[in-house]
Amino acid sequence: MKSLKKLSLLTLLAALMVFAAACGGGASTDKTEGKDKSTTPKTEEKKELSGSLSVSGSSAMQPLIAAAAEEFMNENPNVDIQVNAGGSGTGLSQVAEGSVQIGNSDVFAEEKEGIPADQLVDHKVAVVGMTAAVNPKVGIKDIKKEDLIKVFTGKITNWKELGGKDQKIVLVNRPDSSGTRAIFNKFALDGATPAEGITEDSSNTVKKIINETDGAVGYLAFSYFTDDSVTPLSIDGVEPTAENVQSGKFPVWAYQHSYTKGEADGLAKAFLDYLMSDDIQTTLLKEQGYLPVTKMKVERDAKGNQKNI
Amino acid sequence: MGKIIPAKERLLKSEKNWMDGELRGKILVIICAVIMISATISITIFLGTKGLQSFIKNGVSLIEFLTSTQWNPTNKANPEYGAFPFIFGSFAVTFLSAIVAAPLGIGGAIFMTEIAPSWGRKILQPVVELLVGIPSVVYGFIGLTVLVPFVRGHVGGLGFSLLSGVIVLSIMILPTITTATDAMSALPKNLREGSYALGATRWQTIRKVLIPAALPSLLTAVVLGMARAFGEALAVQMVIGNVRDLPSNLLDASATLTTIITLNMGHTTYGSVENNTLWSMGLILLVMSFVFILLIRYLSSRRKM
Repeated sequence: MKSLKKLSLLTLLAALMVFAAACGGGASTDKTEGKDKSTTPKTEEKKELSGSLSVSGSSAMQPLIAAAAEEFMNENPNVDIQVNAGGSGTGLSQVAEGSVQIGNSDVFAEEKEGIPADQLVDHKVAVVGMTAAVNPKVGIKDIKKEDLIKVFTGKITNWKELGGKDQKIVLVNRPDSSGTRAIFNKFALDGATPAEGITEDSSNTVKKIINETDGAVGYLAFSYFTDDSVTPLSIDGVEPTAENVQSGKFPVWAYQHSYTKGEADGLAKAFLDYLMSDDIQTTLLKEQGYLPVTKMKVERDAKGNQKNI
Repeated sequence: MGKIIPAKERLLKSEKNWMDGELRGKILVIICAVIMISATISITIFLGTKGLQSFIKNGVSLIEFLTSTQWNPTNKANPEYGAFPFIFGSFAVTFLSAIVAAPLGIGGAIFMTEIAPSWGRKILQPVVELLVGIPSVVYGFIGLTVLVPFVRGHVGGLGFSLLSGVIVLSIMILPTITTATDAMSALPKNLREGSYALGATRWQTIRKVLIPAALPSLLTAVVLGMARAFGEALAVQMVIGNVRDLPSNLLDASATLTTIITLNMGHTTYGSVENNTLWSMGLILLVMSFVFILLIRYLSSRRKM
């Protein structure tokens, strides 16, 4: 009986601790900092990195950052990097309030309401190109930009008007607040507001819906065009390829940003430098379907103005 | 458990070592209760303050929020915050799935308790428990892969529709409603025997005696199921299409409060108007769950009379 009571007390204590840990979301950074301090003296070589880094934000960037973090941790075994996805808004909010060291976003911080963009430092780590994708049965491979706008604003409702099959156009949108949607509206639709349609957040779900629904059209990053299940559209005759994005011919692309609060230092700087290294930019980025930011021949500011480098 | 200690001895023992007995147990359960109560209260306060911010701080009109059908928070020049289509969608899927699942669930409960108490229960009970154990993301994925193409091919529309959402939710809340089994089997035996003694058949007994007697419990089970349906997000989001227009029929795509919250929460920044309106939707969900609880309390108080 007595041992049972002790056990129950222990269980209760454990439950309390879990509760406290769950409550103290803000406390986790203190913990990481504490860990940081306690592990630093243990390292013998001065050059070797150690400590922990928490990263959160854009779910579109999560696979890339997680893969890079894994390689980085292999090279620096004393480093612990936690990569969470939660959306660009979450990433920006958390880095602004200091609960993570790096916040990933697929839009400029200036474009999000309520973010002190002047306190954040932008690190453009990759470029992602995106284009409209249609169900293969539609029979269209190229579309004029003005027609694309008409398709997405609901002025054209059947593919036969554009020389395709006699199929009703089914729009597949992203949520209002999605970065992908913002980029596509801005650079593919010239700022036009798309008509209502099915709305899904995940690119994989969007791809699945376009593939299964006759006449469906949505938009996806280049990395999702790995098979014939959906047809990427050329816009005004410009094919959606890495080369065309890099040379500035293809308009629909976005930076993948990693934001830090103030200038990056310590481990965060080391990791961001690692992301910009040739090794990562030329191999890992390509594997993950992103375009290296170092190869871009054009650049763009937060307002969307583009210029040649 | 089995050994009975006279009260006197127990008192002596507790005097000897106060931490070993009554007091310690009392403190333990008080701590548990306090944690539960404070968690609930703090969630309510947090959601209340967060949810009201869009009306107080950002000046979104409550009436516009509850009645307007125009939802356009990202339009910088003229943002509109009408959440009525989502409120309507939430209620529509909840009530429709209750209408589908209630007869099925109650029928299953009657089958288990009255028609085939031995073998029927042996088969149906594990089946129901299995349904509870399936995670909602799996329901959603099956809905997206099987149900949506089926509706598109055999019923019409895009497949992403109110109907698909209702079907998925009906299956999800079936187990909750089938818990009415316990209420049915708890009915006193003399009700059945009295009815049979008057010459009633088994079906007459079920229809005229047992169902009316168990009605408050059955309704409680249905309301519990509705509460679950109202709050379900993931599975519904995958099949309903998430369109912010009001659906005009069952085959139209629609959206619910929960699906809009899960779709947008990660993309919005803390403190922005859009984020705050999402919290307001969360507040509506909380208020509705209080309403469901009140309804359940009312129904179960009727049962005791």
